[in-house]
Amino acid sequence: MFRFLLRRLALTVPTFLALMFVTFMMIRLVPGDPIEVRRGERGISPERLAELRHEMGLDQPILKQFADYAWGLLHGDFGVSIITKNPVLQEFLTLFPATVELSICALLFAILIGVPAGVIAASRRGGVYDQSLMGLALTGYSMPIFWWGLILILVMSNTLGLTPVSGRVDLINYYYPSVTGFMLIDSLLSGEKGAFLDAVRHLILPTIVLGTVPLAVIARMTRSSMLEVLEEDYVRTARAKGLAPYRVIGIHALRNALIPVVTVIGLSVGSLLAGAVLTETIFSWPGVGKWLIESIGRRDYPALQGGIMLISSIVIVVNLLVDLTYGLINPRIRHAR
Amino acid sequence: MPVDASLPAVAGPTAPPSPLLSFWRSFRENRGAVMGLVVVVFVIFVAIFAHVLAPHDPLEQFRGFTKLPPIWVDGGSWTYPLGTDALGRDMLSRLMYGSRISLFIGLSVMVVSMICGVVLGLASAWFGGVTDVIILRIMDLIMSIPSLVLAILIVAIIGPNLTNTIVAVTVVYLPRYVRLVRASALTELSKDYVTAAKVSGVGPWRLMFVTVLPNCLPPLIVQAALGVCDAILEAAALGFLGLGAQPPTPEWGSMLADSRDLITSHPWVMALPGIAILITVLAINLMGDGLRDALDPRLKKS
Amino acid sequence: MSLLEIQNLTVEFKTGSGWFRAVDGVSFTVDAREVLAIVGESGSGKSVSMLAVMGLLPWTAKVTADRMHFEGRDLLGMGKAERRKIIGKDIAMIFQEPMSSLNPCFKVGYQLTEALKTHMNMDKAQRNARAVELLRQVGIPAPETRLNSYPHQLSGGMNQRVMIAMAISCNPKLLIADEPTTALDVTIQAQILDLLLKIQRDTGMGLVLITHSMGVVAETAERVSVQYAGQKVEEQPVKGLFKDPHHPYTAALLAALPERAHMKRLPSIPGMVPGQFDRPQGCLFSPRCAYATQLCRTQVPPQQKDLGNALCHYPLKDGVALGHPGKEKAA
Ligand SMILES: Nc1ncnc2c1ncn2[C@@H]1O[C@H](COP(=O)(O)OP(=O)(O)O)[C@@H](O)[C@H]1O
Ligand SMILES: [Mg+2]
Repeated sequence: MFRFLLRRLALTVPTFLALMFVTFMMIRLVPGDPIEVRRGERGISPERLAELRHEMGLDQPILKQFADYAWGLLHGDFGVSIITKNPVLQEFLTLFPATVELSICALLFAILIGVPAGVIAASRRGGVYDQSLMGLALTGYSMPIFWWGLILILVMSNTLGLTPVSGRVDLINYYYPSVTGFMLIDSLLSGEKGAFLDAVRHLILPTIVLGTVPLAVIARMTRSSMLEVLEEDYVRTARAKGLAPYRVIGIHALRNALIPVVTVIGLSVGSLLAGAVLTETIFSWPGVGKWLIESIGRRDYPALQGGIMLISSIVIVVNLLVDLTYGLINPRIRHAR
Repeated sequence: MPVDASLPAVAGPTAPPSPLLSFWRSFRENRGAVMGLVVVVFVIFVAIFAHVLAPHDPLEQFRGFTKLPPIWVDGGSWTYPLGTDALGRDMLSRLMYGSRISLFIGLSVMVVSMICGVVLGLASAWFGGVTDVIILRIMDLIMSIPSLVLAILIVAIIGPNLTNTIVAVTVVYLPRYVRLVRASALTELSKDYVTAAKVSGVGPWRLMFVTVLPNCLPPLIVQAALGVCDAILEAAALGFLGLGAQPPTPEWGSMLADSRDLITSHPWVMALPGIAILITVLAINLMGDGLRDALDPRLKKS
Repeated sequence: MSLLEIQNLTVEFKTGSGWFRAVDGVSFTVDAREVLAIVGESGSGKSVSMLAVMGLLPWTAKVTADRMHFEGRDLLGMGKAERRKIIGKDIAMIFQEPMSSLNPCFKVGYQLTEALKTHMNMDKAQRNARAVELLRQVGIPAPETRLNSYPHQLSGGMNQRVMIAMAISCNPKLLIADEPTTALDVTIQAQILDLLLKIQRDTGMGLVLITHSMGVVAETAERVSVQYAGQKVEEQPVKGLFKDPHHPYTAALLAALPERAHMKRLPSIPGMVPGQFDRPQGCLFSPRCAYATQLCRTQVPPQQKDLGNALCHYPLKDGVALGHPGKEKAA
């Protein structure tokens, strides 16, 4: 297990290096370097431009620049936003809780509905439940979520008036300090009446939109994993004991079927964040996804560079953790030392 | 016990069906897959003959007829069966031409990914060693960046247009093809028939492309079908974010983005392109599921 | 009244190309305190017929029988919940593959006490005590610690002992053992068989022993039913069967026993059990039978009532094929 851990860690090092290199090159490949962008600014002199260039280290040899960049990253220096002049890391960390809160809610939504749906479909194989659940799952899987978000806004907000259209909180009626950055927790801490419900109402639509594709994936995955497991000898043994179907399916089969599903859930962090970019844009959710898109619009390349570096690092680390915790749910691996 | 080995074998009542026939049989049995196939054929037909079928030029702006509702809503007219958008362009014609663009993106991404995936995957499996490590690390890198973020990054660098959308989406989904080909090639390479071919002096090119590759095809075909869906969705998302095909190109994603402001007043302008994407992608996915079940002997009922 | 009574059991599977009949009109009975062996090559429907009794076949299977009674109660007619009260309690089964028959995610103790929890009125302490007692009974050393092991931490032989312990935990009246030793090392095989027979003798339960080895039959069973391609081709007490087999298939199986071989090389039966696509028209054994004639290849053979119900046109008696036209005409 320890050697496995070391090997797995060693494998991520080149990926990290390559990631640094790509983000480093990116800012140099962008048409017109970041200084050129400012040429249009009124009253900026060529001397001032050269000065800026020097400040950003762009007049150094390229290898030196890369070394400086990597050195900075290792010390938590992810650059400074051109527009806001704030350190990128600081901006990222302020916005990140919003993305995490949304992603966790979406994932919970997907798991809590997807797993039971997959189990029901598998145990009613070929029946009406199976067919309709899997039809729905495939529809969800095929969903262009930006459209899905707009449709939900149209129906739930504009027509039925059930949910707010955008943002995380109703700023007119509620104001409370950000303690954890998670609105669900902050609103409870604030003790303001109705604040928690307001936070929940803001979360509903984004959660559904971001959770739809993972929900479909989890449901389909659970079903096929379950179907495979149901053919196993030990399931037959469980049935041979005269156990009730809910015990055979819900305990003996499900426990085994969930092993691949948990892996898929863990490895879906990347696609969840990709979905978050769209979802946050639709719902004006102040998270890192929306911030990235806006950075592109503002040509804030340092922010983009730092943001991509940070997001990808998170994906790499989470995938690593998923690999390592895989053993915890599978005794066959846990004991293979 | 004396045994007469020359006894003629008695023919059984049914012979095992041929692989292609049994593939078609199990595909046909899957109602969803057949439905998907029909829809896909329909969409392809519309895409090919859009210039004949479309009632109007997709770019022509009928200034006097902006934001007309579809035919089934009061005020709709047969001249513009699905209504018109904010600039008075005919929705039906734009949707028809849009199918061209979406299918073109989906298919090009799929073909390019397939070719690159097969080459890189086979190289990785065949050479092993450093080649394998380098290819795998690059694929790991691509996969560690969330797909849409990477596509956005690439488009930001090379500029937003249709061709670059295809490039970006291809890069994003390449690892799936490479890993799939590599994995199945490795499995095949360890089998006896490959060893036999090697021993009998078959050259490496012939071995990889004629002996090994055909046996890796079934999962690759399924991946290709799913890959078309992913590409269409990803390209539409880029279009929606304004980073894909640029206006006035009738691309479904950017049509959706254009009509965001009309969501309350003229919802159909926004709803229609999304429905087109959903139906197309759903149909291809249905077909892909059918392909997988029919190609994967493990899942067969017999 | 017999413990288990099966008449004309037929099992068909739905496949990609029509229905496949895996068990074809099989009948037999098992009494309490009796050991019935079912022999036949693999693929002859032994497992499927017993799984049909247990109700464990997948949804693609269609089971029909004129009679399937356990202690006089109709197994096919009763409801699912009622049947589950019998399965695992009064009828238990152990399987061929001990390694895959135990759930890899649960400890041995949990799996062992599960049936007790379902069928017996015992509290947790009692169940644990019973589990330890069971493991000791099947000869597992240090049972208390073994309860906390996972199946993959035990050897195949140990796992099969756990399976046996699990099967006998509720004192079943009938135990079905489906090739319990096939997947094990030769040295372990005899131990497991002895264990099964000892338990059978001690508890007085009926035992159905499925095997493809005539050697095992000789050492264990009282009555033998020979199955081929889903059909029962002969049934006799073990002594009679070894002395005077009536079906050519039985004779061929016996001739394949090492201690009976006259030649240096072991004679084996050429060919394979017919599957879904190569089912002969007349006698299913005819393509492989040394005595087969045109009649055998075209006509379904009758059951020879006095000769062990042998399903044959020319049943053997004392090694002579009755009514056979002679070798020359056979071809
Ligand atoms: N689930 C199933 N679906 C289709 N055919 C099956 C299934 N299970 C068993 N069979 C077929 O039934 C026949 C008898 O199998 P089985 O009872 O396992 O043989 P045995 O136990 O005598 O070796 C075989 O030809 C096998 O292929
Ligand atoms: Mg068997």
